[in-house]
Amino acid sequence: MAWMAWTPITAAFFSCIILMLIGMGIWQAVSPTVPRRGFLPLTTTRGDRLFISLLGAAYIHLGWMAFTDAALWIGSIIALAWLIIVMRWG
Amino acid sequence: MNKITNNKAWFLVLPVFFIVAISAIIPLMTVVNYSVQDIFDPQTRFFVGTEWFEQVLSDRRLHDALIRQIVYTMSVLLIEVPLGIAVALTLPRKGWGVSASMVLLALPLLIPWNVVGTIWQIFGRADIGLGGYLINLMGIDYNYAQNSMDAWLTVLVMDVWHWTSLIVLLCYAGLRSIPDAYYQAAKIDGASRWAVFRFIQLPKMQSVLVIGVLLRFMDSFMIYTEPFVLTGGGPGNATTFLSQFLTRMAVGQFDLGPAAAFSLVYFLIILLVCWVFYTVVMNAGKQGEQ
Repeated sequence: MAWMAWTPITAAFFSCIILMLIGMGIWQAVSPTVPRRGFLPLTTTRGDRLFISLLGAAYIHLGWMAFTDAALWIGSIIALAWLIIVMRWG
Repeated sequence: MNKITNNKAWFLVLPVFFIVAISAIIPLMTVVNYSVQDIFDPQTRFFVGTEWFEQVLSDRRLHDALIRQIVYTMSVLLIEVPLGIAVALTLPRKGWGVSASMVLLALPLLIPWNVVGTIWQIFGRADIGLGGYLINLMGIDYNYAQNSMDAWLTVLVMDVWHWTSLIVLLCYAGLRSIPDAYYQAAKIDGASRWAVFRFIQLPKMQSVLVIGVLLRFMDSFMIYTEPFVLTGGGPGNATTFLSQFLTRMAVGQFDLGPAAAFSLVYFLIILLVCWVFYTVVMNAGKQGEQ
């Protein structure tokens, strides 16, 4: 695995993603998702909302780095808030 | 409604999962790892955080390449999709003409990318190429090696020549799946040619068009070989698109960290556009059915 040039931070990042997917799988098995419509302009399942929120979080980070000089952790907090909002009310 | 589900069928997906994991997910993870490090060799590497992302996002040359790429991809889609539909509508439905046109249309698709670039490189030359010679004979000063607009148009026409057939074949397959009863009903109702196209042919072509547009979007957004062979990205940087910019960075300058960061930005752009496009078209289809 040395050729993949792992770092502790990227390992933690991918572990979170994998845990999130496993968690979503278990959640789906325990209580299957019901497609619904929240503030997003389309009907979404739980998985759709996770995808949208993760993609949005990536863009929030990129936008933060491109347009501001402020610390990145502020962008991360906004991204986390976005993730929670989309998962709950999206 | 009692729906019987058998989740054991998911095991059949496992081989595909492993193939995708090896060919896509693991390399993507490696790119993410590279994007946060300054790598000199596998043993000598330093964590730099988001430095490469900040550098890449503020790179003026990258912004220019991105704008060129967006304009190019939009042009490709705006030309190839309507042209492909128009050609598909005019193709014969039976007789020997079907096989003949299928073979003729499939020919450009069978030619490898670098050969297409070479063909057009020679074809466009004013001294030995038929196309370039004829254009100059008409009094137009055409030289794709020196004039940016000429180079741009040549790359665009080359792509149209190479890939419109794909849209044509997909649309033709969609058109062939429409039962004759639809056309007969339209005839009885006295529907115009436009009405037949708008309410019968276009909805039936929708699913294949989605695939076609997505394929053309992704392919043209990642175009590398043809412009590389034809113009080498020039004159100047006039036809340097994103992938060529990336290759120059990764292979030419061996800047693996910035190249990895840029690859991820590139990947996110493609992922977002494909998702938006797919969602919009699929939702439009559902609303149409309701």
